[in-house]
Amino acid sequence: MRELVGRPYHEIRPRLGKDLSVRELVDAYLENIARLDGQVRAYLTVSADQARAQARELDDRLARGEPLPPLAGVPVAVKDNLCTRGVRTTCGSRILEPFVPPYDATAVQRLREAGAVLLGKTNLDEFAMGSSTENSGFFATRNPWRLDHVPGGSSGGSAAAVAAGEALAALGSDTGGSIRQPASLCGVVGLKPTYGRVSRYGLVAFASSLDQIGPLSLDVRDCALVLQAICGRDPHDSTSVDLPVPDFVASLEAGVRGVRVGVPAEFFGEGLQPEVRQAVLEAVRVLEGLGARVEEVALPTLEYALPTYYLIACAEASSNLARYDGVAYGYRSPRAHDLYTLYARTRAEGFGPEVKRRIMLGTFALSEGYYEGFYKKAQQVRTLVRRDFDRCFQTVDVLATPTSPVAGFRLGERTADPLQMYLADVYTIPVNLAGLPGISVPCGFVEGLPVGLQLVGRPFEEATVLRVAYAYEQATEWHRHRCPLLRA
Amino acid sequence: MDYETVIGLEIHVQLLTQSKMFCGCSTRFGAPPNTQTCPVCLGLPGSLPVINRRAVELGLRAALVLNCTVHPSSQFHRKNYYYPDLPKNYQISQYQYLEHPPLATDGYLDIEVDGQRRRVGIRRVHLEEDTGRLVHPAEGAVSWVDYNRSGVPLMEIVTYPDLRSPQEARAFLLKLRQVLQYAEVSTGRMEEGTLRCDANVSLRRPGEPLGTRTEVKNMNSIRSVERALAYEVARQREVLERGGAVVQETRHWDERRGITFASRSKEEAEDYRYFPEPDLVPVEVTPEWLEEVRRSLPELPDARRDRIMAQYGLGRYDAELLVQTRATADFFEAAVAAHPSPKSIANWMLGDLSAYLNEHNLEIDQLRVTPGQLAELVRLVEEGTISGRIAKDVLVEMLETGDSPRSIVDRRGWVQIADEGALRETVEAVIRDHPEPVRDVQAGKEKAIAFLVGQVMRRTQGRANPALVQRLLRERLGLPPQG
Repeated sequence: MRELVGRPYHEIRPRLGKDLSVRELVDAYLENIARLDGQVRAYLTVSADQARAQARELDDRLARGEPLPPLAGVPVAVKDNLCTRGVRTTCGSRILEPFVPPYDATAVQRLREAGAVLLGKTNLDEFAMGSSTENSGFFATRNPWRLDHVPGGSSGGSAAAVAAGEALAALGSDTGGSIRQPASLCGVVGLKPTYGRVSRYGLVAFASSLDQIGPLSLDVRDCALVLQAICGRDPHDSTSVDLPVPDFVASLEAGVRGVRVGVPAEFFGEGLQPEVRQAVLEAVRVLEGLGARVEEVALPTLEYALPTYYLIACAEASSNLARYDGVAYGYRSPRAHDLYTLYARTRAEGFGPEVKRRIMLGTFALSEGYYEGFYKKAQQVRTLVRRDFDRCFQTVDVLATPTSPVAGFRLGERTADPLQMYLADVYTIPVNLAGLPGISVPCGFVEGLPVGLQLVGRPFEEATVLRVAYAYEQATEWHRHRCPLLRA
Repeated sequence: MDYETVIGLEIHVQLLTQSKMFCGCSTRFGAPPNTQTCPVCLGLPGSLPVINRRAVELGLRAALVLNCTVHPSSQFHRKNYYYPDLPKNYQISQYQYLEHPPLATDGYLDIEVDGQRRRVGIRRVHLEEDTGRLVHPAEGAVSWVDYNRSGVPLMEIVTYPDLRSPQEARAFLLKLRQVLQYAEVSTGRMEEGTLRCDANVSLRRPGEPLGTRTEVKNMNSIRSVERALAYEVARQREVLERGGAVVQETRHWDERRGITFASRSKEEAEDYRYFPEPDLVPVEVTPEWLEEVRRSLPELPDARRDRIMAQYGLGRYDAELLVQTRATADFFEAAVAAHPSPKSIANWMLGDLSAYLNEHNLEIDQLRVTPGQLAELVRLVEEGTISGRIAKDVLVEMLETGDSPRSIVDRRGWVQIADEGALRETVEAVIRDHPEPVRDVQAGKEKAIAFLVGQVMRRTQGRANPALVQRLLRERLGLPPQG
């Protein structure tokens, strides 16, 4: 059944209920997890029994002649900061190690309703804080393309799982690039929808005004399929938007003739690996060759995006993570002997160093006397970043940039220097600040490591972003490459 | 030189909603611990709040009856602090912060103390969520948390420091409770915790800037607010007269000992690190919505009192008592509608009925007697079917059984004896059996006739028409008819 693994869903689907059962498809993926995950370490929890039960149920429905739901039998992995009813949800943190949610996140529930089969929960940087998955409270995930390299992060487990054929598609969350950057480093497609497009209900909050859930997949068509299933207004999330959801798959093939592609010069400056620059500019030329009109645009606030992001994200995180106190659920320090030590020791022992660093930064930024200078100022800069994008989108339809400044880095290479780690998201962060949709698609290789092209669109224009990404993908072969591990 | 007392109040009111502020859990009081909870009010990872529209509507009702300016857009904030009754370790509240206003600001409520009308400014009205409740069992070194109350909608009302005496504070709370009850915003019962009040109090020389204030907490009735403030004013006065300085601190009222005492002061002021709640969108109040709420408000107590005085010819004092609660005023007007004798009905309500309510600690809407039944009772008296004296007994039985006055009168055979023939026999018997008083009467001591009337009433179990008895006795003993 090895041949099933690593092929996009739209190729598999026509066979379901004919020469292929959901059970066979799911088993093929579970076998591949058993074969490879010892090396890749993408999963924190594999829920094999539940997956097989769900597969059987779908096969029964197929046997009864029921219509195939849109994601029937898709073996999916879910980042472990999305609540899954009855399946442990740790956020990659010791402090939530024993936590089993009594409810499904809306996005997870919608995946299930669309017929997807949950294989398990993937590793991440603790509470999604990081760019390499090395901040996991449990273990580091490896890049399936080169096992001594990081898969990116924080959705590194989800990206690695898709790249290694350990899941056909996955859900990640993206606060500052946590879907797109690992997608880029692992050579898969990853999309962050517009803020408000996908309900955050059940996504364990890192930074509430920036977090979005999105798909990771082998190609753009699968990405559109998964996005279709999870989008739309949810009464449980006040920030989810009540806008019609277009048919993303239907508009994929509209082409890019006449589409205006903006190239912001600031995204091609210092710090960008030359080979990455070359690959991305080559990708822009491909789009031009397909009939797109390319022009240079300016995003001068780029240089302020990173500090702005770290103030806002840390401030919100310091409050969001206050609830992990050992009182009602999760880890509780056995060394606590009164209320103060219950809080202090539980949190000292339960959180890792990066989480503590951000809680302290955020607490400081919100403190009396500093609020105006830090948090409020950051909100004002955020408005300027948004305006920069608005201005660009008056003349172009999408922006094309690198997803990550480098093709990848080794495990341990950046762990000693948080600032170096933060720079991994320098091109993705502004997109979160402005709440825009962004996708990363494979556009080349550097020394066996994939390179990603980032395409960014206007608010709620995921369809345009997907259409341009699809046109590019169809004109190139990058998305057909599979990592050596999977081919072996 | 004397001191001027300056008091400002912070009042928390539990809103009369079916469900909690940010989730669908029930707000019913008294359920077994942690049975009215969900991921949202337990603060489970990943859960998100959604604003209860009904709670906002009740907030708007309160804002309107307190004459406030309602802001078209207001924002919720997070108040960050750690405590085990607060599952998220932040409270979602509408603290007024920077450019973000709360639901409503700058209103007033008029009160009357000793016949003097005073206008008390309302600084703001905002919405927030309640915390859970800690339970400390007598035995064992553990505490339990009950999250049933977690997320119950609260409204905070903050006054300007406009109150000048503990009596004014009491009058304000009574008035506030009254208008909130009228507007069906809250039951407003301090004893049940649906209205809680903290007070800021300071003294100053007239004309000088505000003195250092203390915050007094832990009062559980309007009376204890007045007592605590009186104590605190006297305490501060003594400190100042000794030449000392009032320390800014929080003081707890000890109801049993009748004193306030300083609670453990924190080493530094708490920093709540307020910031806008990113999980919620602003509360938008359109002019249409506000108008709809305004139209749905009932007649308020002052207006109703004035109308009742004019419409039914009652005095101000009686009218004021009748509009004390909306239920009382409704009862009165329903009874008058059934039988248009407003004065008699008011007398019964403010007399026997009110005494019964006080004695049994009941509210008027908990009575078994309906307004129609009270009206019937009044009619029976006015028609001469029963005496006023008997009517009191009928009412007692009505209150106990809920039966109609007519059926009680019939069952008991309490119909007034207005038959002269029947009464004459009793009159003869009384005259025969009491020769002494009869001689007294005939000797000119007219007062003694009251004794004889009483004897007749006694022999008829009070059913005789007293005026008729009086006339028959006077005729029989040869006295002129009473003038």
